[in-house]
Amino acid sequence: MANRNNAGIGRLIYDQKFRSIFFQVLVAVALIAFVAWIADNTLSNIDAQEKKKGFGFLEDTAGFQILNTLGTAITDYTPGVSTYWDVFVTGVANTLVVAFLGVIAATAIGFVMGIFRLSNNAILKGFSTVYVEVLRNVPLLLQLFFWYFFVLRAMPDARSRIQLWGEEVGINITGLYAPAPQPQEGFGWVWLALAVAVVGGILFSNYAKKLQAETGKQLPVLWTQVGLIIGLPLITYWVMGSPLEWEYPTFNETGPIFKRGFGDTGLVLIPEMIAVWLALSLYTASFIAEIVRAGIMAVPKGQSEASSALGLKPNVALRMVIIPQAMRVIVPPLTSQYLNLTKNSSLSVAIAYPDVVSVFAGTALNQVGQEIEMVFMMMMVYLTVSLSTSIFMNWFNGRIKLVER
Amino acid sequence: MKLNKTLVAAAVTATFALGANAQAGTLDDVKAKGHVQCGVSQGLPGFSNQDDDGNWTGLDVDLCRAVAAAALGDASAVKFSPLSAKERFTALSSGEIDILSRNTTWTMTRDTQLGLNFAGVNYYDGQGMMVPSSLGVTSAKELDGANICTNTGTTTELNITDYFRANDMSFQLVAFEKADEVVAAYNTGRCDVYTTDRSGLAAQRLKLENPDGHTVLPEIISKEPLGPVVRQGDDQWFNIVKWVHNAMVNAEEMGVTSANAEEMAGSDNPNIKRLLGTEGNFGESLGLSADWAMQAIKQVGNYGESYERNVGPNTPLKLARGANALWTDGGLMYAPPIR
Ligand SMILES: N[C@@H](CCC(=O)N[C@@H](CS)C(=O)NCC(=O)O)C(=O)O
Repeated sequence: MANRNNAGIGRLIYDQKFRSIFFQVLVAVALIAFVAWIADNTLSNIDAQEKKKGFGFLEDTAGFQILNTLGTAITDYTPGVSTYWDVFVTGVANTLVVAFLGVIAATAIGFVMGIFRLSNNAILKGFSTVYVEVLRNVPLLLQLFFWYFFVLRAMPDARSRIQLWGEEVGINITGLYAPAPQPQEGFGWVWLALAVAVVGGILFSNYAKKLQAETGKQLPVLWTQVGLIIGLPLITYWVMGSPLEWEYPTFNETGPIFKRGFGDTGLVLIPEMIAVWLALSLYTASFIAEIVRAGIMAVPKGQSEASSALGLKPNVALRMVIIPQAMRVIVPPLTSQYLNLTKNSSLSVAIAYPDVVSVFAGTALNQVGQEIEMVFMMMMVYLTVSLSTSIFMNWFNGRIKLVER
Repeated sequence: MKLNKTLVAAAVTATFALGANAQAGTLDDVKAKGHVQCGVSQGLPGFSNQDDDGNWTGLDVDLCRAVAAAALGDASAVKFSPLSAKERFTALSSGEIDILSRNTTWTMTRDTQLGLNFAGVNYYDGQGMMVPSSLGVTSAKELDGANICTNTGTTTELNITDYFRANDMSFQLVAFEKADEVVAAYNTGRCDVYTTDRSGLAAQRLKLENPDGHTVLPEIISKEPLGPVVRQGDDQWFNIVKWVHNAMVNAEEMGVTSANAEEMAGSDNPNIKRLLGTEGNFGESLGLSADWAMQAIKQVGNYGESYERNVGPNTPLKLARGANALWTDGGLMYAPPIR
């Protein structure tokens, strides 16, 4: 140490440790200066254009209508009363709901297609091959338009309907209408019963595992769980005096022309949402199918041979031996597909689905004009959703990974 | 993917281009790069539309060409950026374009809160509604309960909501990013009503499967003064765009056309001489040459010529001059004098 000090600045340059720190600090300072310069310029340019800054606009009322969806139901969106914050929440809710439904459908279709691709049945195999090759090679935006206009063209006009289930469920170009559940007082207990049933199911399966490890005795875990999860809420529901009412869709055959067709009541799935959901799940499923196929193929053949040598039936072998091992290969790339699906949902604006990009980065941005703040909020939405998905999937991955004994 | 495109592009242009001094003189920029970057629609016949050969034509396009002729002496020195309604203001404030000439309504919010300046009005319009004639509707008052299609990021979303609230009627608004999807959705019957500027209706109905099977309702529910827009904070460029438009209107009023401009430069009328640069040097105060307006009129034409060529009664849009006639003919087109 003392030596080096004596040697002075000149020697310092030859010190590798000092040099690496020096250059890192230099880069950091340059980067900070650059960002500060951009920020400063941005702020002064915003001032020069006399634009507003900050997030105060979120409290202003928004005067435009938004298509009725889950989002508008959550915020009880009313033009002229609701604020830009409500617009944001409406959009986020609409984004989340298609992303969530899309992930579920894409996973289900993807697994089925992936397993079909490995099937010995030529028809199933051919079908899934064509499915994968067509869907993953056509741009998603085109698929979105295809499904949207396909759905629209296939439907009867706004003043007619196809009755799917008597008066209760019907469909036309304005959407799919079904009874809307209206939880009454006391329905909270049913949710509570469901939560209790889920926890109970988990505890039971842990107990059953322990029992099997100790005594070799097997308990009917799956059936007990199903029974709990369905039975407990059902009994609670009955005990509480059926605290759920249904709001049925209405359909007018007569009256002024625009009052004919479906009324405002009931649950409605608008065609925009159906198309976004279809397009996102079918597209993403084609990638998931390949991931599943790769995952299953990654399990050595010896594993299934060993299972049958042990006397396991093929479906038990698949469930207990092959899939658990394949999952370790499948889950990490599956996570990226979920993230892609969520981000791709921002294409919705092209077909008028009121997702957050459409209502907030589109309509609201054009009224308010504060690009930086609003785009920042947009990015935070996707970042939060993506990070939460990643965290959940990492946790899941940790649970299923191989436990070395 | 799209997220990357829209959001990152918006974020990057917003931070970067706003960050890099976008305020610097637009005229100097334009001279240095040798062309005017003009933001237009993605295809609205009569206003800004690409023909089969890829040439842009239209009333809004002509204004950009006239600015290029005045600033650079060449009406063809224009590059076009087709923009959706939703992205147009971000494109302008980030410096991606020099002028926005895209059937854009002058409103107080846009003028005072978005950091923009409107350089004039080149088409006086109002919002209208179109319905399939087969529905037998004759008035907007009968639209209670209707499904209505429009574009996101336009004035139309607010106007239509106001109109229905004021008349205590309910409706559903289906708002698409691009105009082509609005047309397609209206074609399939997803909406009963197509609402936008009346000029826009006249243009978009040409794209329908059966243009004659639709009726534009008589109600005009808003004022839509459409005009060119520039960034706030660059007065020189603002003046150039404003005065090129004024010059085109004044030229019509004084009978100066693309065909006779050269000849009229020798006229005895001092007003005409000032316009065409043979008396005084009005170009200088704009940072342009003396023949700035001469070039614009010679190469593009006066306002009336541009109107007749693009949207007038002899075009497919068949729009009568109406409010857009010169003030001397009972219209609203009135340009301050060049003196
Ligand atoms: N004047 C209104 C509406 C402008 C607008 O975007 N109109 C649509 C419908 S006519 C349009 O230009 N579409 C053509 C396109 O998007 O390319 C505004 O400034 O907000």
